[in-house]
Amino acid sequence: MSGAEKIAVRVTEVAPLNELVTRFRFEPVSGGLLPTFSGGAHTVVEMRDGDITRLNPYSLMSDPFDRSAYTISVRRDDEGRGGSKFMHTNVSVGDEMVISNPVNLFSLDLRATKHLMIAGGIGITPFLAQIKQLDRAHGNWELHYACRSEALGSYVDYLTTTHPNDVNIYYDDQSQAIDLDTLLDGQPLGTHIYVCGPKGMIDWVRAKAAEIGWPREAVHYEEFLAPQPGKPFEVKLAVSNKVIQVGEQESLLEAIERAGVDAPYLCRGGACGQCETDVVQAEGEIIHRDHWLEDSEKAGDAKIMPCVSRFEGKVLVLDR
Amino acid sequence: MTIQFHKETFRGEYSFHNSERAIKRFPFPFDKDSYMYAVNMEQHRGGPADSVYEKRFDVDEHYVSEMEDRALVLADDPLRCQSLPHMTLAGWDLLELIMVSKSEDYPELFELHRDGDQWRWVNKPLGIDDTFTFMDETTLPYGPMEYITRQTQGDFCVLDQRDDNLWMDAGTVTTQADWSLDFDIGMNFFEWHAPVPLAHEKGIFVRALKFLLNIQQGAPARRLNWTMTVNPLLDTSPENYHKWGIQKTTLTPENIGSKQHLRVELQTFFRLPRSNALVFPIRCYLCSFDDLMTVPKWGRRLHRVIRDLPVELATYKGFIDNRPMMLDYLSKFDDGQPTSLGIWPDLETEPPLKVVRSS
Ligand code: HEM
Ligand code: FES
Repeated sequence: MSGAEKIAVRVTEVAPLNELVTRFRFEPVSGGLLPTFSGGAHTVVEMRDGDITRLNPYSLMSDPFDRSAYTISVRRDDEGRGGSKFMHTNVSVGDEMVISNPVNLFSLDLRATKHLMIAGGIGITPFLAQIKQLDRAHGNWELHYACRSEALGSYVDYLTTTHPNDVNIYYDDQSQAIDLDTLLDGQPLGTHIYVCGPKGMIDWVRAKAAEIGWPREAVHYEEFLAPQPGKPFEVKLAVSNKVIQVGEQESLLEAIERAGVDAPYLCRGGACGQCETDVVQAEGEIIHRDHWLEDSEKAGDAKIMPCVSRFEGKVLVLDR
Repeated sequence: MTIQFHKETFRGEYSFHNSERAIKRFPFPFDKDSYMYAVNMEQHRGGPADSVYEKRFDVDEHYVSEMEDRALVLADDPLRCQSLPHMTLAGWDLLELIMVSKSEDYPELFELHRDGDQWRWVNKPLGIDDTFTFMDETTLPYGPMEYITRQTQGDFCVLDQRDDNLWMDAGTVTTQADWSLDFDIGMNFFEWHAPVPLAHEKGIFVRALKFLLNIQQGAPARRLNWTMTVNPLLDTSPENYHKWGIQKTTLTPENIGSKQHLRVELQTFFRLPRSNALVFPIRCYLCSFDDLMTVPKWGRRLHRVIRDLPVELATYKGFIDNRPMMLDYLSKFDDGQPTSLGIWPDLETEPPLKVVRSS
């Protein structure tokens, strides 16, 4: 079976934070303890939505050392394919769900003399766990958190009360913006940057850091891409000898799984590389949406990441 | 089954020996009659009863003596155990993993009692009963990694994972096949594997690293590696090459059966939860040629593997000069009959050795 180990959990809290974001708390059905994890880890939540099974990754935001429960925060995305909407409308206290063991693709570099965290919107969640981890180890950190408005500033109150000196908040609707030039300029040697938020923000921070010569390995980022809907298309799976249809609202990976073919994955968000699949034949255009393949590989069309990428054209044959 | 711990040495008079049971459970590394490097990894989720795969950390009859040998090596050369400052958290992860695994897998030998951060660890074979505060180094006689690896067979590399690579930033290495932690410390996966022949060209390390980076909590993996050692020496380090290198020249047709050992490493891979580091235990098993030949399938197969092994591998593994003498010995145990697939001895089903005509 693909993906990380599974854990059966019960929903023990559903807490709406604001118009868009709701927090969920999971405790193990077995009554025992959950695995410890490291700050920055995510879990993949299985959602049974009629005949469709959706698997969406969410960052764990609770204290990594608290093994009694995990919490995640989900931002409702009305344009998306419904995973977040399902969480908001169909999940209630007492429900049993299946989640994966924690997987960390955004871990702290423990060599850093200082951890400089830059968050945008719901991108705050992995930092909440990292901050708890660092506080326990007396780590040196500083957070810069941009939100759309006070009303949508999830966990702003909590952060500013518990860490008034380390947390800086910026509200878009009050035209407050992170002064990145000054911020990066003033950092001590050995500082590592972590950024999690919308794609635009990640690109902006990475480009600025590269421009001023920040070492590449000292810049960490995490962006889960939600698979985007798109035109339906047909795929031939060469190894399992099946022809499958990928619907408008499902990802290629989901369509492969629906056909009963076991395909590898971890993050389901174009980041981990685990789902990489060889393309046997492609007459048309592969719409690469992942962060994994190099640009040259994307141009070559010999590989595809089925968790987020799609296809438009006549024939697509995969080695799966 | 209860384990009778041997009182034996891996140096000096070399009183190390394997019981019949140890021979039967020896991890013979060849699943067919030939050998080449491959990405030979599988899940580490138990195995046949009493095999070395059964438990997460195998404890066998050599446990107590191996730990005495480790203490001697560390007393001589403290640099065999190193941990860069950012790896302490991973050390606690490792201590927890081993204490939990051993106390669950061998409750008659090890006990772990946890009351919040107050832990009591009982190691009966080594006569240890310590109480300490988890995550507080001042409450242990050594750092957490050193403390627990002084009580666990096998070498340990603790790898930091960052920048899509693994970095050898901590370890306890006293039973190694001719490589040095002090030399490799701080290196990445490709750097420390640089001396290995042929495997880079075959793309083995690129694929192996991809696999390792994706090893998940709760889903450990394993593989076997092997080499040859004259005399049952655990510490075949470059630091001490001047002591053991010359022993390779003491081999004669008369003593080869008892002196020449097949050295097998059971290598496992575990993701560590708090640090997101990876730990790589390398457990060394030794078996003399004479003892191996008591399993007819292994006799036939070892002869064929050693005979056909590429020169590059025999050179890298350090037995190219002794290969002709080994083949003279081994050929007497190869009657040309076919062998069954897989590494297990298959004593009940494999035919006994037919008399081999001397050539
Ligand atoms: C992170 C885990 C690993 C560590 C720490 C590690 C470490 C080492 C070291 C120190 C050596 C000796 C190199 C020398 O001559 O100086 C070695 C050899 C080697 N390693 Fe690894 N290794 C790891 C994982 C792997 C994996 C997954 C493979 C899979 C194919 C592999 C394949 C090899 C091979 C083929 C050799 C040559 C061994 C021989 O012929 O005796 N290693 N490794
Ligand atoms: S599953 Fe992680 S990149 Fe596709």
